[in-house]
Amino acid sequence: MSGAATVSASEAHKLVWEGSVPLLIHLHDSEVTTLPPPPPALVLAPRLGYLPLLISQLKPYFSSTLPPGVDTLWFEYRGLPLKWYIPTGVLFDLLCVEPERPWNLTVHFRGYPSNLLLPCEGEDSVKWSFINSLKEAAYVTKGNCKNVMNMSQSDQVELWRSVLNGNLESYQRVSSKLKLGTFEDEYTENISAVSTASQQNSGEADAAAQVKSGRIPVRLYVWTVTEDFDDLESAPQIDNWDKVSYINRPVEIQKEDGKYFSLNDAIKSLLPEYFPGSSFDSLGDASTKQNVGDEGENTCDPDSSSLPLENAEIKLVRIQGIEPCLEIPFSWVVNNLMNPEYFLHICVCLKVSEANALQ
Amino acid sequence: MDQKESVRDITPWDGTLSSSDFFSAACAFSEKWKRFNASVPPWLWVPSRKHHLLSSHKEEGYLSLEGMCLIKSSEEQESCRSQTWKEESSISQEEEAVDNATLVQSSCDEVNHYDFHIVYSPSYRVPVLYFRSYHSDGQPLQFGEIEKDLPDHSAKIRSESKWTFITQEEHPYLNRPWYKLHPCGTSEWMKLLFLGDTALNKNGFVIEHYLVSWFSVIGQVVGLKIPLGMLETVSC
Repeated sequence: MSGAATVSASEAHKLVWEGSVPLLIHLHDSEVTTLPPPPPALVLAPRLGYLPLLISQLKPYFSSTLPPGVDTLWFEYRGLPLKWYIPTGVLFDLLCVEPERPWNLTVHFRGYPSNLLLPCEGEDSVKWSFINSLKEAAYVTKGNCKNVMNMSQSDQVELWRSVLNGNLESYQRVSSKLKLGTFEDEYTENISAVSTASQQNSGEADAAAQVKSGRIPVRLYVWTVTEDFDDLESAPQIDNWDKVSYINRPVEIQKEDGKYFSLNDAIKSLLPEYFPGSSFDSLGDASTKQNVGDEGENTCDPDSSSLPLENAEIKLVRIQGIEPCLEIPFSWVVNNLMNPEYFLHICVCLKVSEANALQ
Repeated sequence: MDQKESVRDITPWDGTLSSSDFFSAACAFSEKWKRFNASVPPWLWVPSRKHHLLSSHKEEGYLSLEGMCLIKSSEEQESCRSQTWKEESSISQEEEAVDNATLVQSSCDEVNHYDFHIVYSPSYRVPVLYFRSYHSDGQPLQFGEIEKDLPDHSAKIRSESKWTFITQEEHPYLNRPWYKLHPCGTSEWMKLLFLGDTALNKNGFVIEHYLVSWFSVIGQVVGLKIPLGMLETVSC
């Protein structure tokens, strides 16, 4: 926990906002019409940003060699088309287990795989997706999205621009008006009080009263392995999105006296099938799962329960490119490592038995 | 199993339901649908793929109604346009099919196939309708084509209500783009629906009826009607 305590809230925010992934982007062979083929483009992509927003940087590199047609930008990593609405840093943390720097990606300007990927019409699509996620986060935290819906046009523009340009000050100025607040408990107050620069944040902190119970927007990306891996290089490659279990479910904070809610607790609460009997259970109605009942196939009887899967083991957790100690307070993780749309994105690798693996 | 849980008697209800409530409501809904809608395919519960094992968490999943065919006669005036839903199996799926009573009646008929899923949203704590559509040759429909399929009053509902709009998003379980009816207003209008119906709320809200009530509204947007008999079961 000492690691968390030495970084003030505003320092952590700065580090997160400055975080970036160096990309080496190769144009797909099928779209190269000139010889010699163009060299790959080296681009520094913000972690908090999205790949389609790189088009203005990439187009100049490749425009002279592209075949005729309309640009429909998409990216792939080792054959896997990349979901453009997932922040770049999350894609990197999830798909590049052994971090590759620069990260080698392939770009396409033609032949959009619309059966696999949501359509993307440039910046507008990304902005819509971002605002939609922000509304969802607002709904999770407050039970409605009025604050986002009621944003003035100029605030909305400034908010989006601040994300586009990676401008933390501008972002904090606008986002604090949303009063989406942060999750406060005795483990975060000391940290955020230390830094003077966090005075800007303190307005936000005051607005969010001490939260004893509440919902935190989280997006979990889970993949499984059946064997231990000693080093990241030997970890299996995610070559198919079906191997990733995407869990878009809020974490329910329940405070118990004398116990703080750790990152470990939060992750386990989102995976009750792998971690039964965790005292913090996000799916609610723990009693249904504890009973051992009949295993009627396809019955709709809520009384018939499920046998818990054998205990799995958390092998790897990555948030904003770091592997935090699992015992640190979840409140600190949320307040400092969440993305600008107020979601905390967590990549998790679980070790399970063969039968329980995702495939 | 006939548990009538009056779960909303004490606190004012906010129009939402929990994940396990959704499961109960889904079971009740699909059972009633089968009873009142025998000529139409049933809604099936699909346990979520990530829990695909025997000892899986059966309660997590979604309701699925697939293979619905929308048969329209393409009249020049839209007001004459009629809509019939038919089960896919009652229509020959052979690409060379000619022997089909409905298709033969009008050579201008098109058949578009629709799949519907009702998926629970943990963020909004409400059910969400997802759907996708494709031609008989498997080609997905463009949104413009889907709009033409939707009943006339659907456009009216969608333009008048700031809460009801169609977006394209990735299916939460299937890693593919689907269309969905955005859930951000659902809890609001479910609350209003409940408050506005004295028959419904005189005993406190019974969670099993949630999906029937919800579908009576949502179904209209995509032209799926709920049989009157089924609606009446909610009021007693």
